[in-house]
Amino acid sequence: MFTALIFYMFSGLAVASGVMVISSRNPVHSVLWLILAFFNAAGLFLLLGAEFLAMVLVIVYVGAVAVLFLFVVMMLDINMVEFREGFLQYLPTGALIGLVLLMELLALFGGWAFAPDVEALLKAPTPTLDQASNTVALGKLIYTNYVYLFQASGLVLLVAMIGTIVLTHRTRTGVRKQVIADQVNRSSKSVELRKIQTGRGI
Amino acid sequence: MFEIGLSHYLSVAAILFTLGVFGIFLNRKNVIVIMMSVELMLLAVNINFVAFSSYLNDLVGQVFAMFILTVAAAEAAIGLAIVVVFFRNRGSIAVEEISQLKG
Repeated sequence: MFTALIFYMFSGLAVASGVMVISSRNPVHSVLWLILAFFNAAGLFLLLGAEFLAMVLVIVYVGAVAVLFLFVVMMLDINMVEFREGFLQYLPTGALIGLVLLMELLALFGGWAFAPDVEALLKAPTPTLDQASNTVALGKLIYTNYVYLFQASGLVLLVAMIGTIVLTHRTRTGVRKQVIADQVNRSSKSVELRKIQTGRGI
Repeated sequence: MFEIGLSHYLSVAAILFTLGVFGIFLNRKNVIVIMMSVELMLLAVNINFVAFSSYLNDLVGQVFAMFILTVAAAEAAIGLAIVVVFFRNRGSIAVEEISQLKG
């Protein structure tokens, strides 16, 4: 009963903020609604017993990705009125496709069942809580069986980082920067060097 | 109604995914909101994975959801970098005007 109420609160808020993300006029408001949606999804994860993923969702999505969105939205000087042009033009097509997709998904979710031998097919059965907590069990799994995939996901992040730097980096003209190689290789004509004896002064 | 089962979570994920698809159609002018819609869709997929993982007592679903989180973060970073570069060159982020690559 109580769990059901919590579930309906989290899921209702997640869906409502999802609606606000795609329909609010100001992109900054969209980002803030997106953050609320992530928080509620983290609550759903907690209800499902995936504590680690819930915390990762809050840290990675709310703390990094959503803030990145916020920075970019505020950095770009964009005309907000222009965005709404053509809003109604695409509404019928989008609503139709969305409705068809939703009906298909709900029909699919309504009419499936687990395989009879599903217990035998489990790759990594979840240990009970007195054996290991969710975080410990997940850590034991990703650092043993899935260590290569884990490293590969680190590589994905590295590639993303390098790609982002390469994309946004630019050399601006008219900016005087310190060039250390030039300083080290300066000729002796530009600066006169003298040997000073200790305690004597020039 | 008050017994929360797997299908409840799957329905929430389906609604969120549909909202993401709908958002892509609705905001044709604003590529940033389109990327937010993609994030919503990825979130819905993650809810599906975690729900199945929880109800099947199999941890692999949560491992996979974590990899999805990683890829989504990388995708957001690179996508926003492309948006910034595009805005620097064109002074606009309207998707419909991105036709420079047409032959």
